[in-house]
Amino acid sequence: MTQPAPRPAAPVRPVVNDFTINVATVNGSGSQTSNATLVDALFHMGIPVNAKNIFPSNIKGLPTWYSIRVSGDGYTARRDHAEVLVAFNAKTLDQDLRELPTGGVMFYPDHLKPSAPRDDVSMYPLPVNAIMKEQNVDAKFRDRMMNMVYVGALAQVLGIEMDAILDYLNRNFAGKAKVVASNYDIARAAFEWCAANVVKTDPYSVQRMNATTGKILIDGNTAGALGAIYGGCTVVAWYPITPATSLAEGLIEWMPKLRRDPHSGANTFAIVQSEDELAAIGMLVGAGWAGARAMTSTSGPGISLMAEFAGYAYFTEIPLVVWNIQRMGPSTGLPTRVSQGDLLSTYYLSHGDTKHVVLLPGTPAECFEFGWRAFDLAEALQTPVFVNSDLDLGMNIWMSEPFAYPDRPIHRGKVLRAEDIVALGGSFARYRDEDGTGVGPRTLPGTDALGGAYFTRGTGHTDAATYSEHPEEWLKNLRRLDRKHEHARSVVPAPVISGGGARTGLINMGSTEPGIVEARALLDRAGLRTDALRVRALPFCQDVRAFIEEHEEVVVVEMNQQGQLAILLRTEYPEFATRIHSVAHCDGLPLSAAFIAARVQDALTAPQPEEVPA
Amino acid sequence: MTAPARPPALNSAGLSKTDYKGLPSTLCPGCGHDSISSRIIDAAFQLGLRPHSVMKLSGIGCSSKSPAYFLNAAHGINTVHGRMPSVATGAMLAQRWHTAIGVSGDGDTGSIGIGQFKHLVRRNVPMVYIIENNGVYGLTKGQFSATADEGQHLKYIGTNELPPLDLCAEAIIAGAGFVARSFAGDAKQVTELLKAAIAFRGMAVLDIVSPCVTFNNHDDSTKSYAYGKEHEVPLHDITFIPDYAEIMVDYDPGDVISVQLHDGATVQLRKLGRDYDPASRLGALALLENSKHTGELVTGLLYLDQRRPTLPEALHLPELPLALLPEDLIRPSRESLEGVMAGFA
Ligand SMILES: Cc1ncc(C[n+]2csc(CCOP(=O)(O)OP(=O)(O)O)c2C)c(N)n1
Ligand code: SF4
Repeated sequence: MTQPAPRPAAPVRPVVNDFTINVATVNGSGSQTSNATLVDALFHMGIPVNAKNIFPSNIKGLPTWYSIRVSGDGYTARRDHAEVLVAFNAKTLDQDLRELPTGGVMFYPDHLKPSAPRDDVSMYPLPVNAIMKEQNVDAKFRDRMMNMVYVGALAQVLGIEMDAILDYLNRNFAGKAKVVASNYDIARAAFEWCAANVVKTDPYSVQRMNATTGKILIDGNTAGALGAIYGGCTVVAWYPITPATSLAEGLIEWMPKLRRDPHSGANTFAIVQSEDELAAIGMLVGAGWAGARAMTSTSGPGISLMAEFAGYAYFTEIPLVVWNIQRMGPSTGLPTRVSQGDLLSTYYLSHGDTKHVVLLPGTPAECFEFGWRAFDLAEALQTPVFVNSDLDLGMNIWMSEPFAYPDRPIHRGKVLRAEDIVALGGSFARYRDEDGTGVGPRTLPGTDALGGAYFTRGTGHTDAATYSEHPEEWLKNLRRLDRKHEHARSVVPAPVISGGGARTGLINMGSTEPGIVEARALLDRAGLRTDALRVRALPFCQDVRAFIEEHEEVVVVEMNQQGQLAILLRTEYPEFATRIHSVAHCDGLPLSAAFIAARVQDALTAPQPEEVPA
Repeated sequence: MTAPARPPALNSAGLSKTDYKGLPSTLCPGCGHDSISSRIIDAAFQLGLRPHSVMKLSGIGCSSKSPAYFLNAAHGINTVHGRMPSVATGAMLAQRWHTAIGVSGDGDTGSIGIGQFKHLVRRNVPMVYIIENNGVYGLTKGQFSATADEGQHLKYIGTNELPPLDLCAEAIIAGAGFVARSFAGDAKQVTELLKAAIAFRGMAVLDIVSPCVTFNNHDDSTKSYAYGKEHEVPLHDITFIPDYAEIMVDYDPGDVISVQLHDGATVQLRKLGRDYDPASRLGALALLENSKHTGELVTGLLYLDQRRPTLPEALHLPELPLALLPEDLIRPSRESLEGVMAGFA
């Protein structure tokens, strides 16, 4: 395949493999294929790439942006500005153009006329209609196919290999030669038109590298679904909600491929689309009680509905797993925008003194790992486990190491079988804490031994599971549940700590990680050395406390408005409350590194928070 | 002279009736719910069920407390208000061969739980679903449920202006394969229907009229009744518990009888005749609609259809319950993961 034609040298210093492309299209216009083609082609040229879909809560017609970050250094955080604009949405054209930095570049259909053209950016009008006409595109497919024009144009002007593009189309439309050809022909036509007509005045280009060898491109929700499948998940109950639906859809897609009994052909799993989230978690309660590995995926409004059952499962000590792919609340909020605003609501979900185990994955590989570990934890601790991911991690495509196979056999926790009951003399105490972990033994329905059954109830009970309203029994039970929560600290995923010896520490969680990694590099350059700790679970492990203790100042960076992680840290470690600074921000977009770096510096110079009263 | 002690009769499972007993009831003496518990014990004993293979489930309410009062040796779960259907669904997906007996109230099923109830039926979860229907909320002391009669009056709540839901009709419309109605005092009929329901392969709904002796009673009192001290279970939720005898009835198929409840009201019971054909869905619905106008309560097996696949069948679940599958069936191989990963490279 031909490479970009020689053209006049760029007027300024070339910028290679380090820029962001912002593709503005109309929601529902079928730009997914074009965007995925670009990302995949760059990835297969060995260039680190990250893609974010900034989309509206709408099916068709509203503006949508697709942001592709090309970073030879491997940075994957969102950037505040894109240098390369593909302006294919008439409605946002002017605004998108205004946001381009000086020296930026804009590709746009020649029939769209910006009302205020800029001479400090390179403007490349593309003969979209002419190409569509020349390629004889059926009017029905016009909108969709039009998007392949920018693929070809970017390829030519930026140096994306047409071979890589063809290769992606072949893989994506395997067996559909006609579809491949029609897409490719348009890209090719645009490529050739640009080669003959565009005078390159911008400095941006890509060059093959080998920084993606052995890596995969995957979204967090697919990763979580695969993790659950390798974790032996047997019952799934779910109700559609953005941005959690694709996790359930991942299960629906992959379960039949990976989990049919080879002998009988039967499904070794059950997936039920429930009538609402109350029913979804109710099914998990029943399935978890009866011994299945049960999970659901949902988001904020669903979490709210699950509150009563979450407390019930906590108190009756039934294992189950809830994936919360966070979106922007309160209320319906911004349904297709990201946030980390459910930390407190999931930690304390339900009435009374309820405290849950919450896992906080920050990468697709962790989504996979926590996907299977969540079940082991839920069964070991006999409790609901929440996995708080978010829209950015869950629905966007990330580079990742291939996932590691679970490093230990499936562990079902303290389950007594009939022979164990017989050995115990025909009785057992369901809620008796024999080893200080707070976790008692349980039996599953069907345990065929006299004394093997017990009555599960959400009302007060003794350690033998009989009904009791006795104050002493109540306190005993809640103290044991507290002990279990303490024990959880030592078995949940430990935080990831980087750096060492700096006086300032950063603390974050989940999908703010790429922003933190890059922000630390920026801060370093600005003379502020930092260490970092990423929390991966609630309750906090001991290491979290040690980290705070070791740093004179700690800045907690998170994507919500109230600083929920900071609130928890100050609550848990009141003695260090004054050294904990909060950078909490959420406008629906992932935090950029530049923003984090600036706000961390501000926070460190801001007045200290009030001393927390003892 | 005392008669020589006879050994207790044993059933086909080699168990005696006592093996099917539960804890002493803490419901008001005379409550219809206790009669139903006794019938469950009878039916399970007569069928020779092995208690460990029974899952007893309930929601919240006086009725929903009753699983504690039968089949002590069965695995039990008392869930949250109105949502036992979803728990039962999950439990039967995990352990498909159990005999699941769910006990619920008319408030639990017909008000807060009507949505889950209809979806449970729609999914054809194989279980027996018993509604202990008293037309009031017992445990919260006498409010109207969705099955309360139009025009009925209650002391603190006033007059019910709304028509009742007929839970049998709701079940038939939602697709239940076994729908029956009975009266708690009709020991013979309840037992027979229970046995048939337990044997039924699919969702079996039993709506059993079960008079509330306390809140169908218009007497006003703040006295508390400290029954149950010897069971170490102090009762806080019932303020006044009159001691009424259980109402018992016995009548023949085709007959109509009037039964006087403790508050003086009467219900007309009509037992379906032997020639009634429960195979017709429309026929059953017409019968229920008709009985609304005559003011009679028809009892017996209203509707029967064995054809729908159960939920575990529809989902192609393996013979071995999901909860008990070994690791090699539920965790795919290392090589398979490599294959999946290659697809994302
Ligand atoms: C979510 C929730 N709302 C309200 C209640 C209070 N509550 C307990 S029992 C009950 C009504 C029970 O009535 P019914 O199901 O008819 O059973 P009965 O007591 O009459 O047998 C109510 C409203 C509750 N426990 N949970
Ligand atoms: S209040 Fe009514 S329903 Fe509840 S136990 Fe007493 S008699 Fe039965």
